[in-house]
Amino acid sequence: MGHAYTPGLKVSAAAEMRRPRMLPIAGEVLVQPGQRVQPDTVVARALLPGNVVTLHLSRQLGVAPADLHELLLVKEGGAVIKGQPVARSKGLFGLMKQTVESPTTGVLESVSKVSGQALFREAPLPVEVKAYLAGTVSAVNPPFGCEIAARGTLVQGIFGIGPETSGPIVVLSEDAARPLTPADIKPEHAGAVLVGGSLASLAVLHRAIEVKAAALVTGGLDAADLKQLLGYDLGVAITGNEAIGLTLVVTEGFGELALSARTLRLLAAAAGRTASVSGATQIRAGVLRPEVLVPGDVAEVEKTAVDSGLLAAGSTVRIIRDPHFGALGRVVELPPEPRLLDTEAKVRILTVALAGGQRVTLPRANVELVDERA
Amino acid sequence: MSDAAPTIRSVLATDCGSTTTKAILIEHGPEGWRLVTRGEAPTTVEAPFDDVTVGVINAVTEVQELRGRRLVGEDNTILMPQKGEEGVDLYLSTSSAGGGLQMLVAGVVRTMTAESAERAALGAGAIVMDVLCSNDQRKPHEQIARIRHLRPDMILLSGGVDGGTTSHVAELAELIGAADPRPRLGAGFRLPVVYAGNKDAAQAVRDTLSAKTELSVVDNLRPTLDQENLGPARDQIHDLFMEHVMQQAPGYDVLRSWTSAPVMPTPGAVGLIIETIARERGLSVMGVDIGGATTDVFSVFGGVFNRTVSANLGMSYSISNVMASAGFENVLRWVPFAIDESELRNRIKNKMVRPTTIPSLLRDLQVEQALAREALRLSLVQHKDFATELKGRQQQRDISQAFAQTASGQSRVDLMALDLLVGSGGVLSHAPRRVQAALMLIDSFEPCGVTRLAVDSIFMMPQLGVLATVHKEAAMAVFDRDCLVPLGTCVAPVGTTRGGAPLCTIHLELPGGSRGISLERGALVLIPLPTGAQAKARLEPARGVDVGAGPGTSRTVELEGGEVGLIFDGRGRPIELPADAAARVAALEAWNAALGLYPREGG
Repeated sequence: MGHAYTPGLKVSAAAEMRRPRMLPIAGEVLVQPGQRVQPDTVVARALLPGNVVTLHLSRQLGVAPADLHELLLVKEGGAVIKGQPVARSKGLFGLMKQTVESPTTGVLESVSKVSGQALFREAPLPVEVKAYLAGTVSAVNPPFGCEIAARGTLVQGIFGIGPETSGPIVVLSEDAARPLTPADIKPEHAGAVLVGGSLASLAVLHRAIEVKAAALVTGGLDAADLKQLLGYDLGVAITGNEAIGLTLVVTEGFGELALSARTLRLLAAAAGRTASVSGATQIRAGVLRPEVLVPGDVAEVEKTAVDSGLLAAGSTVRIIRDPHFGALGRVVELPPEPRLLDTEAKVRILTVALAGGQRVTLPRANVELVDERA
Repeated sequence: MSDAAPTIRSVLATDCGSTTTKAILIEHGPEGWRLVTRGEAPTTVEAPFDDVTVGVINAVTEVQELRGRRLVGEDNTILMPQKGEEGVDLYLSTSSAGGGLQMLVAGVVRTMTAESAERAALGAGAIVMDVLCSNDQRKPHEQIARIRHLRPDMILLSGGVDGGTTSHVAELAELIGAADPRPRLGAGFRLPVVYAGNKDAAQAVRDTLSAKTELSVVDNLRPTLDQENLGPARDQIHDLFMEHVMQQAPGYDVLRSWTSAPVMPTPGAVGLIIETIARERGLSVMGVDIGGATTDVFSVFGGVFNRTVSANLGMSYSISNVMASAGFENVLRWVPFAIDESELRNRIKNKMVRPTTIPSLLRDLQVEQALAREALRLSLVQHKDFATELKGRQQQRDISQAFAQTASGQSRVDLMALDLLVGSGGVLSHAPRRVQAALMLIDSFEPCGVTRLAVDSIFMMPQLGVLATVHKEAAMAVFDRDCLVPLGTCVAPVGTTRGGAPLCTIHLELPGGSRGISLERGALVLIPLPTGAQAKARLEPARGVDVGAGPGTSRTVELEGGEVGLIFDGRGRPIELPADAAARVAALEAWNAALGLYPREGG
């Protein structure tokens, strides 16, 4: 019997979760190994070099760049405040002197003898990294950051938008196959992580933004609604920085697709608990999927089929392309030799028994492993 | 570099791609140089392996097993030189793993030095992340913020002609210095910056950047407005790529010690083999490699090489961007059945988020091939705009040119002069029927006159490109015999006729006898002619119609066969598609039937 390596989206009630929390540049790590943290705990901080403002001094004063230095009123490296005179021309016979003022507050970093350009550096910009996940500091990597570890429920989505957030889980609908309606979302859902449904229409998304929900986790999304929501047609699935006032996690795909039964069951069991949610998606080398993390008391970490990535007879799979897109089934056979498809492409295939008993043959590339019974 | 000594008997070459490392073994036998076998394995630059050589040894081990002779030693290195039946005489490699070579380019004027610098970087095989110039409308602080944000692998700074003003390029250097850019790979190592601008500004650039960056100064890439000198900048980029950039990637220091020539960026090596073939054969050549995320276009017209990368046009990761860039109507025009817009958009987005899936329904395949046509078309548009004569130079014109109002900076891409069009990438190389690849190339590039078509079936052009630097004879022999799959020749008259008059009358002398064709307007005709066979053709176009010898002028040509044969395309340039949806579908069905493009649905 054959087998193959196939990726899948992880959905687990007892997962080990480790998230590195790193600064973009060297800074200061504010936590110790073993320290308990909450999603909002600041774990590392750095100062980014300030913005640079340029000023063409030689043009402003009407002198050659090489002659600028004797006209400076502030030395290179000296502190300046906005409006402070920084250079003055000699004028004509000591009259009609021109003065140039600093365009900003900071430091006069340099004045070029070649271009006549002055560079002013503004005050450093603080940047902070939060823990994101309620858990324990498992490692520190000074001066860049640390790692937070926790155990609990983990649900990976297929696509998301919006930054990291957190909030209590609220299940909007027990019916995973029902499209959500704006009426499902109430003012009391402010700050919550909302879960449910087979489709979130544009009206539903706007309603979630209106009540200031933290995140929405749903089965499907219409591509046209995504375009409307973002204001542009997303060309490449690299997301996470969208500032739309909501973090969105789509678990199944585009179109109306029921939230998987296991995802709904696990998140419903965690209702009321704090979830950390990220919409960041990157579908290239170094794949990043959106996620919902709910730390809890887990004695033993669950090993799932998705962890092994091994597709074999008996594996439960989801079909991820037409025909039968979205259907769950159990692998019956993995013939080693390639077969011809309707398209006449010769590829490696597998046979899957669908939930209703129907057997279908399809490319191996068109299934993903799921941790769920068909 | 000169050709290697004739004692070389075997060459092993790998291409370390972002997902797969591909190895080929080339040997000199009774038939001369031939590809003998190939193998592949997942690339191992990222965790948990963090060592590119693991994937290389795995791919070479597959080659070893298939060939049945030992290539890998006990110490997991490549055995060199060949002794008896063990080992190889040369080992070479290219790499695009870890995101390839990502560069920022800066020049003073966008259409002059900045454009020349972009050409140099692209020609070296880089992905150009942004082009900064003095006139790009961004404020200096925005440019500084951009430099800091991008974290490139390398910066190419140019600007000014030799002896010209120095202040603008000095300003650019100051902006780069103020940004204090950090490289993408290797914390604590200094970013390589290549200066290839006005030689009189070199000292000012040194004063500004040598303390903050790994600065190297080479000859000006635009010494005068009329002259472009990209070679020194391109060579320096190649050297720095291996010495500094890839040295930071895991395992490359070891890989570098194994290879018989420097490791090259993959697209740079592809460009090199296309340039070599064009030069040696005296041909105008275009190559297009359509991948999952990007599409590269290479061209050599009049001996001048150009390369462009359409960074977000591809068939999986970037497929949604093809739709966004081309627009629904442009994609739909190639789909031979009616489809709902919302359904099509969802289908494309689902491919974007699950990029490894493949079409198993014929209609799904047809939608993907429609998208491929648009990705190829858009990448050609970008290439035509970029592959131009030098802008800003003074031209001496005669009176007819003055009346024609041709500006400087005309595109070098002349599809009537194109001799050979080579396609590669999964959607072309692995199309279930070769004729599908041929028609995708014809529909998107719209070659004019007489053009040979081919696909690179296993994408070995990168390895042959790096081989061409040390053993040109072997590289060209394998390119001809084993790399390209000839599809045949396309004959496409340009111009139109009135009423029902045919565009062109063709007298063909085929191996089996003679045949005449009257090519009607709007028709596609396929004449099978196997690989290796030739047909002599007398092409007699109607008045005002051009087949390469000028409007209304007849010509006699040798047409090369291939896996598809000879395609006579009477659909006009640009190809005319009916505006009415039903008529358009009917036209597509008729063309598809004429070429035997697809199996019949349901049977």
